[in-house]
Amino acid sequence: MYAFKFHRPTTVRQAAGLLARQEEAKLLAGGHTLIPTMKLRLAGPKHIVDMTNIEGLTDIETGARSVTIGAMTRHAVVANSAEVKEMIPALAYLAGLIGDPAVRHRGTIGGSVANNDPNADYPAACLGLGATIITNKRRILADDFFKGLFETALEPDEIITKVQFPKPNKAGYVKFPNPASRYALVGVFVSKRGSEVRVAVTGAGGNGVFRVPTFEEALKKRFGTKSLDGMTIGQEGMGSDIHGSAEYRAHLVGVLARRAVAAAVE
Amino acid sequence: MSAVAMTVNGKPVTGDVDPRTLLVQFLRESLRLTGTHVGCDTSQCGACVVQVDGKAVKSCTVFAWQIEGANVLTIEGLAHPDGTLHPMQEAFRENHGLQCGYCTPGMIMTAIDIVDRKGNDLDDQTIRHELEGNICRCTGYHNIVKSIAAGAKAMGKDAGKQKST
Repeated sequence: MYAFKFHRPTTVRQAAGLLARQEEAKLLAGGHTLIPTMKLRLAGPKHIVDMTNIEGLTDIETGARSVTIGAMTRHAVVANSAEVKEMIPALAYLAGLIGDPAVRHRGTIGGSVANNDPNADYPAACLGLGATIITNKRRILADDFFKGLFETALEPDEIITKVQFPKPNKAGYVKFPNPASRYALVGVFVSKRGSEVRVAVTGAGGNGVFRVPTFEEALKKRFGTKSLDGMTIGQEGMGSDIHGSAEYRAHLVGVLARRAVAAAVE
Repeated sequence: MSAVAMTVNGKPVTGDVDPRTLLVQFLRESLRLTGTHVGCDTSQCGACVVQVDGKAVKSCTVFAWQIEGANVLTIEGLAHPDGTLHPMQEAFRENHGLQCGYCTPGMIMTAIDIVDRKGNDLDDQTIRHELEGNICRCTGYHNIVKSIAAGAKAMGKDAGKQKST
């Protein structure tokens, strides 16, 4: 690991100031991606800005139509939150599938969303529910937020403070985990809210999380598994590696989308 | 170098560490508490699991300075000072829940965390599912699962005894 200095700001403003002032500074949330990446020397930030001491980033607020989750909320907290289970059970279920119990005690929603790992679970929930990413500067729709592999719309000194999820009428998530890493080889999140239907896929795309407009159109006519009968997506744009070919991943998208709809209508 | 202070197994400890020092290194190399093991060093195997403020975490994936002021419990902190094993340790001994023993401290720390979250009456499926982040290459897990089920029950009885006395 390369050497670094660490900072422990107590406000978002201080943290943003550090990011702006210090060259090669990185935010540290739960650290369950950043620390392993630093060990491999794939990242070598000169400054680490730890978010642990910043107050007010671990609240879960519920309104009539949405759930807002603080950026530093750990996966285990979201998975077990009575409010999240009541409002969006599929989101609590998804949080409970991330990593393993010890990882869920440290990993955070803000860290996962900001990292935009192409195999992570939360990006599928954000895109699949039409979430709004709230930062110290603005509100960004999930549709405009995820920009490709590990890339987001975040500016260098921009910090996610909350993620707001609108309450869907129905939602479901099904994940085919890589048995070793427990990341999604493919994961599909579906939701219906009024006339809006979303199908978001993580793990499969060569360029990160994406929506499937053809599936969404079919499900708008009738939100049931039969609407997706025989529907597939092409291999173009699918990722391919030792864990699964593009063809296999494309096939899984169809299968898991039907299962996610089945879970949503249950 | 940076000063760190925390409580480990009930005792306040301090150290002066390089910011890169992981919690597991601090425990093993500075405090000489070598019961916590480094297995994979990639957050997968669970040999390094300790409790931080009552929650199981992988100590290879936390910097020592991140848990400034926290309460850490390691495998060394489980047994009674008179040498009586913790019920979960005793259950692993009774049920032959280990072979080489390398994964055992992490297994036991995780097992206690499972009991804290899921209670004393654990079925095999729950235990196997909850052990997702702990890898053992010797036992085939069967006796570990048996040990945890027995240890969970024993912890319940133990707590009952403490309450009634």
